[in-house]
Amino acid sequence: MERNNKNKNNSKKDFGTLIVVEGIDGSGKSTQIHLLDRWLRSEGYNVFFTEWNSSTSVKEITSKGKKKALLTPTTFSLLHATDFADRYERNIYPLLRAGYIVLADRYIYTALARDIVRGCNKKWVENIYDYAIKPDIVFYYKVPIDIAVNRIISGRPKLKYYEAGMDLKLSKDEYESYRMFQSKIIEEYESMINPEKFTVMDGTMNIEEQQDIARNHVMKLFRSKRIIE
Amino acid sequence: MKSNMKNATKLSLEKENEKASKINFIDSGIKYLQDIDIKGSFIVIEGPDASGRSTQIEKITAKLEADGHAVMNAGIRRSDLISKGIIEAKRNYVLGKRTMALYYAADIADQLENKIIPALKAGFIVISDRYIYTLIARSSARGINKNWLHNLFSFAIKPDIVFYLDVDSYNLIHRVFQKNYSLNYYESGLDLGISNDIFDSFIKYQYILKKEFEKMQGKYDLINIDGNNNIDQIYQQIQAKIDKFLSEDK
Repeated sequence: MERNNKNKNNSKKDFGTLIVVEGIDGSGKSTQIHLLDRWLRSEGYNVFFTEWNSSTSVKEITSKGKKKALLTPTTFSLLHATDFADRYERNIYPLLRAGYIVLADRYIYTALARDIVRGCNKKWVENIYDYAIKPDIVFYYKVPIDIAVNRIISGRPKLKYYEAGMDLKLSKDEYESYRMFQSKIIEEYESMINPEKFTVMDGTMNIEEQQDIARNHVMKLFRSKRIIE
Repeated sequence: MKSNMKNATKLSLEKENEKASKINFIDSGIKYLQDIDIKGSFIVIEGPDASGRSTQIEKITAKLEADGHAVMNAGIRRSDLISKGIIEAKRNYVLGKRTMALYYAADIADQLENKIIPALKAGFIVISDRYIYTLIARSSARGINKNWLHNLFSFAIKPDIVFYLDVDSYNLIHRVFQKNYSLNYYESGLDLGISNDIFDSFIKYQYILKKEFEKMQGKYDLINIDGNNNIDQIYQQIQAKIDKFLSEDK
């Protein structure tokens, strides 16, 4: 990338760039966005990284409820919507206005997929998030369910209640429940690929190859937005 | 007195024999709770701070319990899960208007599913001290789209009766002063930046909320009660409407 153009994304009139990664747990998306983050910062861009379910004001309450395992799907959905709104109103939107590159590890598509699997009304969830601006790129990391599940389970002795989707009562066995829950989420993601124009990434390729492809997409985007020549 | 007591017993027996009815939502509702039967009734009292809501609720509760009905109280910011969070968040952070709307919605959802619906299933009369209408009015006053708000609260149960205590803003401010000698930051709408003067801001903000309630009246079947009247006059009106509703077949 041409360094002398690095500040173009910070000019007063230009809206920033929003890049999102989506995919089930263990798809490798967090690794990939972390590498994009490092790369863009090393190129001198103003970058902001934001993660799902990370607003400090909302986090405490959510984790309290999760521990007690009494969150209904509607409450669960609304708490995540609150978390997202807080990050959106506080950081994402104002930073985009200032021309930042915002990198989001999960965005509204995670809510859409999970809440619908949990039995919330699709139109209701879509409306709740309809104020959020559409990303410039959504990288969707696609991996066979077994690979993703193994990546998660191998590093962990026990799955968390909501993580395993135990509230859905799909199976009494945590691992079986987790697998079924993740498969249903994949189905929801798959249905969004075309309408939401996801850039599908092969999460089984090696990390460097995937990163190369992602960086090429970002450069192409920057060229089209005239951030670089 | 004696005949009153007889009537009361008769009334509660009739209620018990009544068939349960299907749950009724504001709009599309909660997908996984569509076919639930409820036996109880859901009554909401809306109105600004110091409009006399809690006094009325106390009187109504006493009367209904004396008549043999089981009563449960609810209200905004009263869920076990979230109410503390909202208070804390308001103290420690400046929350955006959409964040606030969603926070309050989560609080209502938690109460609905964990308290209100179970109580209604068991045949309680649930009286809520404010409900989604206050939340819609506040958010709408802060510029959030009404359709978005309507959809957000489409999961909520539609109350059987909603009263709105309509009090003149100047009248209201005197009642607030009689209670606390001071005006609350949010109740004065200072965050809206309508005026730097808290008195002015209060009057203007309460007027805006009043207008929001007026706009909602038809859509959500709110019953307007003149809150400028004295406590007993207001109570008689409300209680008469509740008694009438309870004696009619649902």
